[in-house]
Amino acid sequence: MENIKADAFIDITGMVCPMTFVKAKVSIEELEDGQVLEVRMNDGEPIMNVPRSFKEEGHKVLDVINNSDGTFTVFVEKRGL
Amino acid sequence: MAHVDYKELKKGGFMRQVQKDRFSLRLRIVGGQIQADQLLKVHEIAKRYGQGYIHMTSRQGIEIPHIKLEDVETVKKELAEAGLQPGVCGPRVRTVTACQGSMICSSGLIDTISLAKEFDQKYYARELPHKFKLGITGCRNNCLKAEENDLGVKGGMKPEWTEDKCNFCGLCAAVCREKSIVVDKQNQKLAFDESTCNYCGRCVKSCPSGAWEGKSGFVVYFGGLFGNRIAIGKQLFPIIFSTEVLHRVIETTLEFFKNHGKQSERFGNTLDRVGWELLQKELEEALKN
Repeated sequence: MENIKADAFIDITGMVCPMTFVKAKVSIEELEDGQVLEVRMNDGEPIMNVPRSFKEEGHKVLDVINNSDGTFTVFVEKRGL
Repeated sequence: MAHVDYKELKKGGFMRQVQKDRFSLRLRIVGGQIQADQLLKVHEIAKRYGQGYIHMTSRQGIEIPHIKLEDVETVKKELAEAGLQPGVCGPRVRTVTACQGSMICSSGLIDTISLAKEFDQKYYARELPHKFKLGITGCRNNCLKAEENDLGVKGGMKPEWTEDKCNFCGLCAAVCREKSIVVDKQNQKLAFDESTCNYCGRCVKSCPSGAWEGKSGFVVYFGGLFGNRIAIGKQLFPIIFSTEVLHRVIETTLEFFKNHGKQSERFGNTLDRVGWELLQKELEEALKN
């Protein structure tokens, strides 16, 4: 679990729904299957909905780090499900 | 002019307007849905017999204002051609409202629309001491405001965790608003405190490994009011899982209101007057599986 290496990073903390997932989706689409996207997102609506949307599209959340500043960092494997 | 039975008209969904012999026709709508073809008929009636507009009510209904008294029967016939019926007003079970629920919404935990149709078939227009509102919302986001109804239903989910499927990513703990889940990633441990769980189902919905699975159920609220007096409906027993039990609960509640309610007294006020424990006692029987 320690030190998952991400192949790409996106910060969606400055965005609001639905742009949060749109941006994250565009980022993961650019990766190859099996590669990992690192997403920094806000607590609240984004953490509730963005990872769930990844799941609905077949991507697998590998790890969630609470940054203790009102944000989370989520590692997602493309088509990991 | 012949004698006009306004009460009968009101019962049949024709609301008397301030203008003499004009009625706002309420339609029987279930869960806020209407077929597109039926909407064409509504359009036609509004143009021919109304003033070319409709009013969308606060509870997902449609009214066609400015129907003339002399057109009432014709309008009823025309509605029937499209499989539409006038709604009801007055002291009886009113329009059953619902959000789109699990068949459409990714947050939904129960099939609200099917349930709304069942409610409509079983309870709509049933005579009671006062108006009685039934509403169904699919999850804790509560888009349909379960607690403002005389009897409101909210979808819930009782989660269960299976250790060997878990990848200990910690997402469930991150999405849990009640902090009922603590994940210890280092030692691959998870603690779940069901006593604080509010059955929102977010852990199940978001879990990437299928370690969280859930059973959908109904959280029921009683005595909500959002009119002259405002009162938030109360939950009187834990989440239930059977539709059969849910219907028994509703039958018991309607019967209770019929027996204990005074004319023009809303259900919440009846409960305050006669005591909530009286209803609770009767519900105990209904809750037995």
